[in-house]
Amino acid sequence: MPVQFKERAISVTVNNRPDVLARIAGTFSARGFNIESISANITRNPAITKIIITTLTTPDTITKVIKQLNRLVDVLEAKRLRRPHAVCREMILARVPLSKEKQAAIRELLDTHGGKTVSLEPGFAVLEFTGDKEELEEILTSLEALGMEDFSRTGVIALERAKP
Amino acid sequence: MQQTGSQILFTALKEENVDTLFGYPGGCVMDIYDEMFRQKLRHILVRHEQGAIHAADGYARASGRVGVCLVTSGPGATNTVTGIANAYMDSIPVVVLTGQVSTALIGSDGFQEVDITGITRTCTKHNFLVRNIGDLQRTIREAFQIARSGRPGPVLVDLPKDVIQSVAEAELSRNAPPPEEEGCPDLEGLCNEALKMILQAKKPLIIVGGGVILGKASAIFRAFVKKFQIPVVSTLMGLGAFPASDPLWTGMLGMHGAYSANMAVSQCDLLMAIGVRFDDRATSKVSAFAPNARIIHIDIDPVSIDRIVRTDLAIVSHCTPALNALHRLSDEQGLELPEQQIGAWHNQLRQWKAEKPLSYCRNQNIKPQYVIEKLHQLTQGRAIIATEVGQHQMWAAQFYRFDEPNAFLTSGGLGTMGFGLPAAIGAQIACPDRVVVDVAGDGSIQMNIQELGTIAHYGLPVKVVILNNLYLGMIRQWQELFYGRRYSQSDMTQAPDFVKLAEAYGIKGLRATKPDEVKNVLQEGLETPGPVVMDFQVEPEENVFPMVKPGTPLSEMSFGNVRAVA
Repeated sequence: MPVQFKERAISVTVNNRPDVLARIAGTFSARGFNIESISANITRNPAITKIIITTLTTPDTITKVIKQLNRLVDVLEAKRLRRPHAVCREMILARVPLSKEKQAAIRELLDTHGGKTVSLEPGFAVLEFTGDKEELEEILTSLEALGMEDFSRTGVIALERAKP
Repeated sequence: MQQTGSQILFTALKEENVDTLFGYPGGCVMDIYDEMFRQKLRHILVRHEQGAIHAADGYARASGRVGVCLVTSGPGATNTVTGIANAYMDSIPVVVLTGQVSTALIGSDGFQEVDITGITRTCTKHNFLVRNIGDLQRTIREAFQIARSGRPGPVLVDLPKDVIQSVAEAELSRNAPPPEEEGCPDLEGLCNEALKMILQAKKPLIIVGGGVILGKASAIFRAFVKKFQIPVVSTLMGLGAFPASDPLWTGMLGMHGAYSANMAVSQCDLLMAIGVRFDDRATSKVSAFAPNARIIHIDIDPVSIDRIVRTDLAIVSHCTPALNALHRLSDEQGLELPEQQIGAWHNQLRQWKAEKPLSYCRNQNIKPQYVIEKLHQLTQGRAIIATEVGQHQMWAAQFYRFDEPNAFLTSGGLGTMGFGLPAAIGAQIACPDRVVVDVAGDGSIQMNIQELGTIAHYGLPVKVVILNNLYLGMIRQWQELFYGRRYSQSDMTQAPDFVKLAEAYGIKGLRATKPDEVKNVLQEGLETPGPVVMDFQVEPEENVFPMVKPGTPLSEMSFGNVRAVA
């Protein structure tokens, strides 16, 4: 893969309409852009939603993507969130089987990465971790070694460090 | 006062000064049609919903107003998708009203239900599903505003049956002025930059595109051109923005552009593009496009800037304020391009025009180019010409020299065969006193032939000129030039008798089979009141030249057997 291709984050603020997510996704697919991850939720104003999308592109293409998004009627603003000016984080929930042998290793993993146990059932625990992409990849590798059965991962969310 | 959804709809349409609807009834729009019976709005009943959308499109292109069509749910709506995509590609302001099943049934695979907002999401500028009667009036208002503002485009409004049938308090008519459109920040600064670049040019050239016509800026554009005496070439969509009869006119550029136009683009040192999106038919090989030029790009849509062609100066603006600013600033600063600076360039262009004008060879058959030339002559170049898509479209563009905007109605972006006949209907409705001609091929005319019924129904004096070569001409040309003459599925010898077909619709039909019959047939057709179909049996294997093979530079044109290279 050419060096220029990088995962880049976009913040899209939109009118909270039933089809707005379909519009955004449709723009990506219709124009041949990819969506690596997506996260959406309402802002403090329930009529406005913020969507963070990461896409694997070149610098040239990301500009085109942003322009296409800004052209949509329901998009209030689409902008790039550039590292290092923005913080990018993700979260995972992972279900691991509990056993006496694994207990210490699980405890260590939680302590090292500031994770927590969010659910405890006989024989199973659901653990929660947040971090950046690289960190979560490491954690997932460790969790697999601990016999992780299933996991759920959010898209990347991102925010500028200082007011632009 | 309590009003039904249908009544509110008509109130909203009246607010938008809609005087005509092109449509076709169906189950989900019966209430609207019932209300229409009591209303004074003119409705043109077409014979296929694709005819309705193309007619609304043609109406918009000819008049500069928003075209409106009304169709039912399901197949009625899906029949408009081609026309919607067509309007989207050429940025034409149309509002498409579609019936829909009741809100409670949406998503249940109801009878004649289709997710039309889903289907048209990526080929409309925007679309709406009205779930609540309280939203209806506002949505119609918004739809028109979106259709006509900024870069125009099609907007679809999906109207569920129960919403139309329900009752609500009607809003009083608003007649509020449309919201101010955002202008270009620092327009003056950018225009001054542009002027600096123009004044340094020894070989300046302007490309004018459809955006100038959509922006209703033709007059201001001409004034600007005259001021600086910069030669002009046009894209297919820009034909008519600048008069072809003007000495500064250098032709249409592109795959089938004039020699002078393509050479001018290839050798200019300053290229100013206004209302142009640099489509591949116009640029051909992008890396070889205007290789020696600094490029100024004025366009209303930021998406078009730096998308295909790299620009040296971009001005994101409606062309009217940009051209006004350029004119005013150059007046204030007393700027002009001296003749001694660009005189040699003017001479070069004159030379190219004289060297290889658009031409064709005559023989014992009717040449299609000849028909267009004669048509131009007999209509004094002032008809509204709609076309279908193919060789005939290119010959119409080349040989009907347009002097005015809003006169050439052609499907440029999507290239939709079957566009011309219904578009001519829309244009004739918009401009009842103009001569409106559909120039068609024998293939294309059969795509929406049923609209002859609409023409007959309303006695519209549309003239249909069929350049009949018994082939899908453009396909055959490509097969001849690039596919070793393997004429796969391009043979249309099994054609109807177009004269008898016209007469079956109660329309006069005329035919010419020899060159000396052409003038008489055209004359008779144009002078006969009412609609006329004219079948011109033309040279079967005539090719459109010049031609630039895809992927090659504009400067490398073919002229049949003669090749010209810059």
